[in-house]
Amino acid sequence: MNIDHEYRTDISSGWNRKHILGLQDLSRDELNIILNQASEFKRLAAIGETKLTPLAGTVVANLFFEPSTRTRISFGLAAKRLSADTVDFSASGSSLSKGESFVDTAKTIEAMGVSYVVVRHKTPGAPQLLAQHLDANILNAGDGTHEHPTQALLDIFTIREHFGKIEGLTVTLVGDILHSRVARSNIWGLKKLGAHVIVCGPTTLIPSEISKLGVEVSSNLDDVLPRTDCLNLLRIQFERQRGHYFPSIREYAHLFGMNKQRINKAKENVLILAPGPINRGVEITPDVADGPHSIILGQVSNGLIIRMACLYLLHLQRTASLGTPG
Amino acid sequence: MKSILIKNGRIIDPSQDLDQPGNLLIENGKITGLCEATVTADEIIDATGLIVSPGFIDLHVSLCEPGFEEDETIESGTAAALAGGVTSLGCLPNTSPVVDDRSSAEFILLQAERAANCHVYPLGAITKNQEGKELAEIGQLVAGKAVGFTDADRPIDNAQIMRCALEYTRMFDRPILNRPQVAELTDKGQMHEGFHSTVLGLKGIPAAAEEIMVNRDIALAELTQGRIHLMCISTQNSVSQIRRAKATGIHVTADVTPLHLTLTDQMLENYDPNFKVLPPLRTQEHIDALIVGLKDGTIDAICSDHTPHAAEKKTDEILGADFGIIGLETLLPVCLQSLITPGHLSWLELISKLTVGPAQILGLEKGTLAEGADADITLINPDIRYILEPTMLKSSSHNTPFLGKELQGRAEVVIVSGEIRFRAEN
Repeated sequence: MNIDHEYRTDISSGWNRKHILGLQDLSRDELNIILNQASEFKRLAAIGETKLTPLAGTVVANLFFEPSTRTRISFGLAAKRLSADTVDFSASGSSLSKGESFVDTAKTIEAMGVSYVVVRHKTPGAPQLLAQHLDANILNAGDGTHEHPTQALLDIFTIREHFGKIEGLTVTLVGDILHSRVARSNIWGLKKLGAHVIVCGPTTLIPSEISKLGVEVSSNLDDVLPRTDCLNLLRIQFERQRGHYFPSIREYAHLFGMNKQRINKAKENVLILAPGPINRGVEITPDVADGPHSIILGQVSNGLIIRMACLYLLHLQRTASLGTPG
Repeated sequence: MKSILIKNGRIIDPSQDLDQPGNLLIENGKITGLCEATVTADEIIDATGLIVSPGFIDLHVSLCEPGFEEDETIESGTAAALAGGVTSLGCLPNTSPVVDDRSSAEFILLQAERAANCHVYPLGAITKNQEGKELAEIGQLVAGKAVGFTDADRPIDNAQIMRCALEYTRMFDRPILNRPQVAELTDKGQMHEGFHSTVLGLKGIPAAAEEIMVNRDIALAELTQGRIHLMCISTQNSVSQIRRAKATGIHVTADVTPLHLTLTDQMLENYDPNFKVLPPLRTQEHIDALIVGLKDGTIDAICSDHTPHAAEKKTDEILGADFGIIGLETLLPVCLQSLITPGHLSWLELISKLTVGPAQILGLEKGTLAEGADADITLINPDIRYILEPTMLKSSSHNTPFLGKELQGRAEVVIVSGEIRFRAEN
């Protein structure tokens, strides 16, 4: 059943952005348009309308130059839910390993009739580069340690869904802030929507001058826990330990791991997020991960509709700019 | 050899503290001296509106030959030098093979002679194959006319090797040129560590990576009484440390690039690999300290740090791109923009950093318009404005952030050993 007119509502009016490269670029209004569009898709899914048709006849290319299973599946499914055809490209490491430049690879794939490019790359700025060289609309699926806008949007969507708002909440990002694209995107998005953001982790994993982004910096989780509404536990990458950023996984878990004792110090309705995949027993103990405060699997479901919303909005911009009715 | 009269120019020669209108006569490849405008000569150059300066001396330049001819050759690099007003340059040993023996140094001289552009002075490697492990044959390299020693873009990590290098070169009274960067702190770094690296998600290189090694090199120069020259200084603390060391009589000298006097780390915000350089572009407060250091004599020279890379090496992705930009042809206009226009330095002071300063560091009898000196002269047009187009560049590589930008000032005529080797077009 085509319920085209129902999801193309006033929600998206005011959207005219060609690419979604990061949340640093987006205004508060644009963030709300994406979140509201995602709400609409979620409502439709709840009444069984899971296969929509706005992108029928278009091609979405998923270019993954860095290994990823979950995000790739989520983007692929989002495109299919909107009836787009999809092409997948996966290459580990740098595109230069084959001798072809990254931009040349992307241009070649675009030439196959691609309108939307979802890109993940280890190099910060890679999506910006494609935006300069391609005609397609670019959606950043994570660029190195720079930004991961759809992950942050799904985090924010999940928080908004739970609390009914973002403004006035205190959100604490815990862990490796230095290397986290999720943290950077979350900070931009949450601050624009009026949250108080605390970054908390070992001092070696807090980047220099991050407080200039308007966040509070702490290295003591127990101190900030009682005033935190939402905890976002970033994944610790084990290779960081070999980089001498902290002495041992055990010590990290002792200082920054979320466990039963810490839950007791937190607010009664504290919400726990984790972008995953989670290391059970490191960032979070299994009882907390599977407990009532955690909404980790809910985030995954929301990821799908956030990605649908992003693709859909890029499609609206594209059809509007081509002068044809969306 | 014919005589040349340069008429009606503004003659600026820091070696004689000279800044005055006048006429300069050249005979038999040498400078005869100031003269009347009525003197006869085989060729007359009207220098009205131009500055008559000793030819610029660039302390360290990558000419890439042999081994990396796709980036630059001695011919193209020296042509670029001439177009930039540079009449003498120190040629870095970072070639393949590395210039770590006498024959390699002699090859550079031979190719430079064939190119017949500007004077080229080989810099020998400090260590064999620039590996930082064993001293190269420094005495043999001196015999091959190497004027100084450096492992180019590879800092000498091992303090004992550096100590020995400084002690050993004392025998030949040659400087050691080191690029101070502690490897453990620069590892995988892409740009200056600070606010912008945090936002961009690029690994930062802290100012301390430079300052630690500046401090070490100064301590070793004091210990050994050797001559240390610190290349491409970029931080506030480095300037302070060098200033203190000079005050106590330690043989330390330093240079800075025009890039590090002009551009900040914020320029990386579009991830343009042409802003990816080592040391990284810093913040305005570091720039301000460098300018004070130039003004008070802490920093002796300005150097282009010309680093050509073929297009495929400055890849589109910033992580895969090599460090460095070409600088010979923008040396003068960028200095003008960052130092003369804002009033930080006078022309006399700027030209001193491009002539007398580098000549003293490399021990060259160059950089002067005094009677009897080699006639290496650059005529500067300080007022001309133009957009830098790729077709204007003589260098084989085009890796510069100034392409398409408006520049002011250029070398109009360049004379080497009494011969006119370059005239700007139009």
